Amino acid sequence: MSRFLIPAAVFLALAGVLYVGVVHSPNKSTMQSVLLGKPVPAFSLPVLGNPGTMLTNSQLAGRPWVLNVWGTWCPACRDEHEALLAISQQNALPLVGLVWKDEDNAAIDWLKQLGNPYSVVAADRDGRVAIDFGVYGAPETFFIDSDGRVQYRHVGPMTQEVWNREFLSRIPKGALP
Amino acid sequence: MKARIHAGVLVLAALLLVSNAAFAFDVEAMPTPELQKRYDGLIHELRCMQCQNQSIADSPVGLAEDLRRDVREQIIGGKTDEQIRESMVARYGNIILFRPPFQRGTAWVWIAPFLFLLFGVFVGVRIVRKRTSLVAGDDSVIETDETAR
Repeated sequence: MSRFLIPAAVFLALAGVLYVGVVHSPNKSTMQSVLLGKPVPAFSLPVLGNPGTMLTNSQLAGRPWVLNVWGTWCPACRDEHEALLAISQQNALPLVGLVWKDEDNAAIDWLKQLGNPYSVVAADRDGRVAIDFGVYGAPETFFIDSDGRVQYRHVGPMTQEVWNREFLSRIPKGALP
Repeated sequence: MKARIHAGVLVLAALLLVSNAAFAFDVEAMPTPELQKRYDGLIHELRCMQCQNQSIADSPVGLAEDLRRDVREQIIGGKTDEQIRESMVARYGNIILFRPPFQRGTAWVWIAPFLFLLFGVFVGVRIVRKRTSLVAGDDSVIETDETAR
């Protein structure tokens, strides 16, 4: 009897560890942002298509907003574009674009051709701000609350389903803009 | 025949050189050899977040290039190696370090291999003990072909 006790215990322990691992990482390639709960990184970036104007994090303070990191060189960003357009129609949260390491003109053309879901787009031409956000691939989308804290990061293309589940649900009740 | 083999080796060697050249990307020089040494050390310790089994020193992707620039600027700005590591962890998490610190949450990464080793030794010792006692306590006559007949 005791012959099987130890192997069985080991098996159960291992199965338990693996089960927890599987359940808690539905998408293994997605890393949790270390910024969650922390203040949004300070930035001051030129506004795309509006030379001379800067967008800073303090201008966005006081209400929840969403930052979407994209680039015209990023195929998955094209995939999510339809969803972003639909989401922007719903007007629930200001959608701020961060165009990551891209030519301004290419980005402007892209928005002209495909439609512009963003309230405003900041041009991170040399990728410094993206690093401060811990971005490791595009697209990534961040939810920032009215206290200016990062509350959620979605890695990969945005969908209506993710939007409803992870972004809309984070707007405090009765605090719609 | 021999000459042909030599030619083949040369072509292979040339191809290897070419592939090396293709992966050679600019790793900018630091102003002093001392800073260069710190820079080389740090960029080999930091994981490229886009291609996770390479360091930012080995990866030609844009993000690795940006992170190398970040390291370079921080070194020149007078930051210590520890401060630079901390700034990387603050943005990307412990995963960016190839050698994560020993702390809550990462402790098991360090401890687990030793636990597995201990467990293996334990099982091994048990098996050997059991076999030894079996042999020692075994007074049965080994059946040979002769006796079986």
